[in-house]
Amino acid sequence: MIHLENIHKTYYAGSPLHVLKGVDLDVADGDFVSIMGASGSGKSTLLNIVGILDNYDEGNYYLDGRLIKDLTETQSAKVRNEMIGFVFQSFNLINFKTALENVALPLYYRGVSRKKRNAIALDYLDRLGLKDWADHLPSEMSGGQKQRVAIARSIIAKPRLILADEPTGALDSTTSQEVMDILRQVNREEGITMLIVTHAREVAEQTNKIVNFKDGLISSIEDIKQL
Amino acid sequence: MKDLFQEIFLTIRANKMRTFLTGFSISWGIFMLIILLGAGNGLQNGMMEGFRYMSKNSISLYPGFTSMPYNGMQKGRRIRFSQSDIEFLRRNLTNVSAFSPIYNKWSSNIVNGKEVVSSTMSGVEPDYQVMRSLEITSGRFINLADNRQNRKVVVIHPKTAEVLFRNQNPIGQYVEIDHVPFQVIGLYDEDGAARRSPSFYIPLNTAQIIFNPSGYIDDVSFVVEGIENKEQSTDFSNKLRRMLSQRLQFDPNDQNAIWIQDRLSDYMQAQTIFNGIALFVWIIGIGTLIAGVVGVSNIMLITVKERTHEFGVRKALGASPRSILRLVVWESLTITTIFGYIGMVVGVLLTEGLASILAQNAAAATDEPHIFLNPTVDLTVVLAATAILVVAGVVAGYVPAKRAVNVKPIEALQHK
Repeated sequence: MIHLENIHKTYYAGSPLHVLKGVDLDVADGDFVSIMGASGSGKSTLLNIVGILDNYDEGNYYLDGRLIKDLTETQSAKVRNEMIGFVFQSFNLINFKTALENVALPLYYRGVSRKKRNAIALDYLDRLGLKDWADHLPSEMSGGQKQRVAIARSIIAKPRLILADEPTGALDSTTSQEVMDILRQVNREEGITMLIVTHAREVAEQTNKIVNFKDGLISSIEDIKQL
Repeated sequence: MKDLFQEIFLTIRANKMRTFLTGFSISWGIFMLIILLGAGNGLQNGMMEGFRYMSKNSISLYPGFTSMPYNGMQKGRRIRFSQSDIEFLRRNLTNVSAFSPIYNKWSSNIVNGKEVVSSTMSGVEPDYQVMRSLEITSGRFINLADNRQNRKVVVIHPKTAEVLFRNQNPIGQYVEIDHVPFQVIGLYDEDGAARRSPSFYIPLNTAQIIFNPSGYIDDVSFVVEGIENKEQSTDFSNKLRRMLSQRLQFDPNDQNAIWIQDRLSDYMQAQTIFNGIALFVWIIGIGTLIAGVVGVSNIMLITVKERTHEFGVRKALGASPRSILRLVVWESLTITTIFGYIGMVVGVLLTEGLASILAQNAAAATDEPHIFLNPTVDLTVVLAATAILVVAGVVAGYVPAKRAVNVKPIEALQHK
């Protein structure tokens, strides 16, 4: 699903900061992989590159066999819309839209009619136990609820890949577990490939594979046997 | 398209205050522009209406006193127009379309029984009516036969008629002017001339015989065709002065021997002043418009900056740069159009309302001078101004949005 070859990335803010120093990584279709590492190790940068939210300086990135390099903003928007779902630590819901409208937004950009996309969005909210919250604004919801809305939004367009950057970072341990359960369920039932960045060991241990990051390089990969 | 407007409606609903402020600066800009231009036009129309009673190209000639010695004669000599001088002018002026010597008796009593009106009596020729744009509301004006046969007839103003005859029809009735009986033949109305006691008119020859046996005339008015600008008018005055200087024996450079009042020059001078006012009003109006445009630009700039993070989220979800650009531009366009329209309608309603009230007042009091008349603005000007603001609003949205759209999604997402 994801094939990274010798990815380099340098930030030029003041003094150059070589964040990724030749990363090679393969993630199989339907896999559930977590990336761990100290802050500043480059794990979030890698996730942003995989999500085409950021570009890379050197190497090759193939997503589902397609080389993702030097795409225009319009092309990358299309790839993101069709193939990738995002779950962020800070949820990134649009605060003046209701839960339902937030969930439906990816379908708006896919050109699905309002009536149809709202029906689908309500269905997804229902699956995540938030049907009664459909007309609420994000500011009226708890962190766990917001993250569930965000997950509903990430899966509504049936992506091949979900990228989650510290999805439980802003949540307490109970809600964290709920979110992880949902992500695992989505991975299992929908067959969507998951790549999550976390610094919490107990979160990472619920994935199939832990990629350890250190100083811009992969230091080790652990296989986890899920029960 | 419907979806786009729903998106716009949502953002507008989410930012009521901001939308209101943007909209208000647009409405206010258009509204003020209309009010300003309307006020300028009203002033101009009012003043011009006041000038209309003078046929635009009429010239009046008054005898004066010499201010320079000439041919051995001392300065300070009185110049007078005799009958033959008048005939000389009548024969020698070219391109004259109306001509009337005028004999004025400044204080004259017109009497019917016990009712008396004291006013100016003017002896005039038939052309006078055209020259002063007198409107005959009843009966007729003095004609050539009246003048030739020295008929004792008089044309009076309805105000005079009201005093002398109350509700009776004055036409055909007899009055006494300074103890001489005259028959009323017509009623006239005068545009714009605001006189407390309007003149009454009798044939010139009659006036000369009864009231002015010496025959000297102190006012000659005529209309010359083909004088359309300042230079032509000055040329004509100089020519006229030279022509008369030989006959009446004064220095051709003497400006005081005869007074030439050229109404075209007066009119053009007034016109220049009004053009100045109009320019001033336009400068202020355009300033207001620019203030509106700057206001819109500022608010759009802030709006787009505030929404950078939202745009990042939208991009992550698959929004193309074009779709975001379209969202901002359409939002800007919607707000400017709606509020521009509101400002336009309110402004036009106010000026038109004021115009109709003023028109009613003017109709009720015809003899009052109009300072302000029809303070309305040409609709094309209004539409053009609104269009400018709308376009400016769109550009004001487009430019910062274009910049925001070019930010990498990850940077937009990190923007707080």
